[in-house]
Amino acid sequence: MRSPEQQEIINAVLTAHKELILNSEELYDITSIELSKENLIPFVEDLKTNHGFGFLTDLTVVHYPDNSGRELCGSYLIHNWMKNVRLRLKVYISIEDNHLPSLTPLFRTSNWLEREAFDNFGIIYDNHPDLRRILNMDEMDYHPLLKQYALEDETRKDKDDTFFGR
Amino acid sequence: MGEIEKSMVEMKEAPEGYEGRGFFATKLDSVIGMARSNSLWPLPFATSCCGIEFMATASTNYDLARFGMERMSFSPRQADLLMVMGTIAKKMGPVLKQVYDQMAEPKWVLSVGACASSGGIFDTYSVLQGIDNVIPVDVYVPGCPPRPEQILEGVMKIQELAKSESLRRRNSDEYKRMLEGYNIEVSK
Repeated sequence: MRSPEQQEIINAVLTAHKELILNSEELYDITSIELSKENLIPFVEDLKTNHGFGFLTDLTVVHYPDNSGRELCGSYLIHNWMKNVRLRLKVYISIEDNHLPSLTPLFRTSNWLEREAFDNFGIIYDNHPDLRRILNMDEMDYHPLLKQYALEDETRKDKDDTFFGR
Repeated sequence: MGEIEKSMVEMKEAPEGYEGRGFFATKLDSVIGMARSNSLWPLPFATSCCGIEFMATASTNYDLARFGMERMSFSPRQADLLMVMGTIAKKMGPVLKQVYDQMAEPKWVLSVGACASSGGIFDTYSVLQGIDNVIPVDVYVPGCPPRPEQILEGVMKIQELAKSESLRRRNSDEYKRMLEGYNIEVSK
């Protein structure tokens, strides 16, 4: 449950940026805000300087292969430590134009988080200082968490569909 | 040494040979095999839960020191036995291979647990499906994770291999071909 003070912060964000917010909803006790990718940086910058959201908790990507034109969703969790308020930001992009702006100028933690998202989903973060793979081996030639790729190791020959559900 | 202490010392059997007053004759292979098998220096390459079982194996209840292996070698250059215990990610594969490369002959490899032996439950894009894709393995220990007794049995199998190995084995063409099969440089 939110205190009135916490709700006030969220209301302030929602009214201050009415024209930037494409959509907003309450999901699992966190206000979730959808933005276009052009507005992400100015929006987050304002949250950080004027609304006390000084901490990027996490950043990840979701792949919805059936969501045509909006296949990839960049998702950001930011946190106001002073008042303990969280916000979830979502930016939908198409898989053909898989670019997102990098948040590294605002939050240094996003350096590695964006490398992880690039590694697993192939998202190109524009203006990222060092966009290399971080978890998978450098020789890997695909981005394994995109849904068109199998989870299992393809090199394995000894596993039988009847037992392993392939 | 008191009577009780003496009874706790286990003398290794001498290899087969000819014995007479003041002399004992046997094969050089057997003597060296006996020495090697009772002084294997292990390099523990422990990456996950099998490593925890190994820690139990190495400490007092199970006591790996009984096998002449109480000195863990954390440098591959002074190790005889590479004990791989745990999931090896594909990214770790080249590291494991480098460790194996740096060990001096003769060297043995013990693959402990389902993950090291076959990838185990981690049938996934990021995990090496068995370390034998990268380096040759002498003994596999099954289990997820195996109990210390099983690890000890694996160690004893390695000891048997070391004891009965011909001194010429590692110079043989067959052995060199096997290493080349793994793209491992044959030491001169």
